Amino acid sequence: MAEPLLRLDDLHKNFGGLAVTDGVTLDVRPGEVHAIIGPNGAGKTTLLNEISGLVPVDRGSIVFDGNDITRLSAHARARLGIARTFQITSIVPGFSVQENAMLAVQAQLASTFDFVRSQGFDRDMVAAADDVLEQVGLAVRARTPAGLLSHGEKRALELAVAIALKPKLVLLDEPAAGTGRGETERLVEMLRALKDRFTIVLVEHDMDAVFALADRISVLVYGRVIACGTPGEIRNDPAVKIAYLGEEEAA
Amino acid sequence: MRWPALTRPGRAVLVLTIAVFVALALAPLFAPWITGERYILGLLARVMIFAIAAVSLDLILGYGGLVSFGHAAFVGLGAYAVGILSAHGITDVTVVLPVTLAVCALFAVGTGAVAVRTRGVYFIMITLAFGQMAYYTATSLAQYGGDDGLRLDHRSTLFGTPIATDPLAFYYVVFGALLFFYLLTRVIVSSRFGRVLRAARQNPVRVETLGFNVGQVRLTAYVIAGMIAGVSGFLLANHILFVSPAYMSWQRSGELIVMVVLGGMGTLHGAVIGSLAFLLIEEFLSTITEHWKVIFGPMLILVVLFARGGLLGLLGGRHG
Amino acid sequence: MSTTLFVVQLLNGLQLGVLLFLIAAGLTLVFGVMDFINLGHGVQYMLGAYLAVTFYALTGNFAYTLLLALPSALALGLLVEVLIFRHLYDRDHLDQVLATFGIILFVNEGVKIVWGAAPLNVPIPALFSGSIEIMPGLLYPVWRLAIIGSGLAVAVLLWAIVSHTRIGMRIRAGAVNAPMVGALGVDVKTLFTCVFGFGAMLAGFAGIMVAPILSVEPGMGDSVLILAFVVIVIGGIGSIRGAFVGALIVGLVDTLGRSFATDIFRLFLTASAARQVGPAFASMLIYLLMAVILFVRPAGLFPAKGR
Repeated sequence: MAEPLLRLDDLHKNFGGLAVTDGVTLDVRPGEVHAIIGPNGAGKTTLLNEISGLVPVDRGSIVFDGNDITRLSAHARARLGIARTFQITSIVPGFSVQENAMLAVQAQLASTFDFVRSQGFDRDMVAAADDVLEQVGLAVRARTPAGLLSHGEKRALELAVAIALKPKLVLLDEPAAGTGRGETERLVEMLRALKDRFTIVLVEHDMDAVFALADRISVLVYGRVIACGTPGEIRNDPAVKIAYLGEEEAA
Repeated sequence: MRWPALTRPGRAVLVLTIAVFVALALAPLFAPWITGERYILGLLARVMIFAIAAVSLDLILGYGGLVSFGHAAFVGLGAYAVGILSAHGITDVTVVLPVTLAVCALFAVGTGAVAVRTRGVYFIMITLAFGQMAYYTATSLAQYGGDDGLRLDHRSTLFGTPIATDPLAFYYVVFGALLFFYLLTRVIVSSRFGRVLRAARQNPVRVETLGFNVGQVRLTAYVIAGMIAGVSGFLLANHILFVSPAYMSWQRSGELIVMVVLGGMGTLHGAVIGSLAFLLIEEFLSTITEHWKVIFGPMLILVVLFARGGLLGLLGGRHG
Repeated sequence: MSTTLFVVQLLNGLQLGVLLFLIAAGLTLVFGVMDFINLGHGVQYMLGAYLAVTFYALTGNFAYTLLLALPSALALGLLVEVLIFRHLYDRDHLDQVLATFGIILFVNEGVKIVWGAAPLNVPIPALFSGSIEIMPGLLYPVWRLAIIGSGLAVAVLLWAIVSHTRIGMRIRAGAVNAPMVGALGVDVKTLFTCVFGFGAMLAGFAGIMVAPILSVEPGMGDSVLILAFVVIVIGGIGSIRGAFVGALIVGLVDTLGRSFATDIFRLFLTASAARQVGPAFASMLIYLLMAVILFVRPAGLFPAKGR
């Protein structure tokens, strides 16, 4: 079997006296969509923060693409190929939609200390940015200040930014949060199209989206993985049903 | 140079900026008709010298979001580089200027490496602290005048002769420097580096998770700004032929922030206009009363309360 | 370096520390609860001293001076709060820095107009004048002991109010999460005014108490303000305990540093070099301390909002 792209080994994290991550062991296979579900307060977002490098773990190891990234900074992990979206949309509000995308393209080109190339003349970057905006349907809004976008459009922009990084792994933090029925369906379609290009870790509450997209699901409760398997296996797992206690019907 | 949509200034502002630069360029021609020619040239030269420092501060404050309350330290360091070398008989520009840049760069790297790890009010405090350290070091240098300051015999020299001893010539040297540093900073903020710096001001976590080392970017901007402010100090020492610890006081750092914000921060031309406005208001008010600060203080408060975006904001200039 | 000298400087450091606490307490509360950077706090202290000068000139009695100057200082502070500061609470820190910088300019110049630029003074009250022998061969001014005593008393009073009264509880809650306190139904506007008032009174009190021993002059609040900011950064923003500990640390380090730095440097430098480096190093000492502490604990020693 192929080497996992991401391997979490016995991760522990304490905040004050609270064990937010309590021995998480998990692996993500290349090319799969691996969903992480669980009741509120299970520590899902914290787990994503630990993977992307925003929260250091107390114990355990994280191995990505063969590299031990446990002590690596967030920006170094991004350079290695981990992209993420945030639960509360995180974009640069004062930039236009296009400039947000261009920033991501620039990141992919690993071009930081270029003092000379002026924004106006970056034709290649503009083309790459426009292409990525096209993929998420935001091309028409290219000149709009990102802060003025609707909630759904901001989510799409975040996705575009993640794609522009040409990552190996994409971490999605509740992409369907706050979106209505129609927008969720469009989102699922978009993500389905991306399935073949990236390995995806999807944290989500919306069960329809999860079961439509996931190859495997891990269930996180009180900072621990209590079950991991295919959607069919999870649907019928008694421990999962108990954990949810009617919160979400595993239809 | 093409401006992307959101950093394109409004037309009125663009016209005003060009007008200001043209006015500064042509002022010496009209000076004789106003009052004392030397006085006007001297005043405008001082305006332009501080404008250079203000432009450098706008880079890190307006564009980088780093409120440095110790930026005057770099102006002072530049001035003291000139003063101390001069006290030892070294006045050649080809030596003094590189030393100025090196000293400021070193101080910026040393203090910036610590400061950049902090955010918000802690950054303000720590830059204030470092500024104070520089100030107290200067006051303790008894052999270089200490509290009383140090007098210079003549301007920096080139091949043995003092450069620009004629006030008019010196005026255009300073004008040239201002134009140069304004354009240089304009290029920097419009560049890819500038894009990262500007984005990091609004959303540092996003920028970090895209793969950019935000700390390094900020430190780089801080060092560049420090070096430019150092040149401002170099010119100041040459202008007044006097060097004093007061150049580095926290009040001076505060005044630099006022200049940047008064004009409209995050625009660069705002820094130039703000310096002009600040120093001209100071001159004008001090002819009315020696207690001009009693008028200027409330003016500043009113600007903060009612004129967001500074003077340029009042004109409808947008800044990104 | 004799024991007597050391004890004297220790007491002086304690005195400076207590003074800094009086000023820093208000500063840290205002910052912690209202997220408001108040550069004008130094001139509040200065106004206390100037009001003491005036009221002493009118009454000739320090007790009356204290009774009159304290409420006057408070009134002036509240006036500025209502007119200006109230509108700045939801603005960003830069705007607050600039506006309060404007206040410093205005008041520093204003006192020159009203009282003149020459340094002024208030005589030490007869009851507290002179020195007492606190150790064999060591005489220490009574008034300075009075300052230390009153400062510690205020510290205890403040601790009692903050930890045992309802308003104190609200203030502590506000320092951790002001919007939440408002959402819970507390009148936040009044709370803010109370917090500001406390702070203004403390600073004014400090100014009144130093009037007999320091020269009252324009700008006397500026250096103290910077020290107070160093105190709250070291102590942790929003925390009275932090302000107390920070103030004592800064007061002692600064005073002892200034007294003994030159001597310490003389241990491994020439006398003239030590005389050069000593005072400069002493002046920088607390800033170095602040930088080191921020490096290790970026939020200070006892931050209200927790680490």
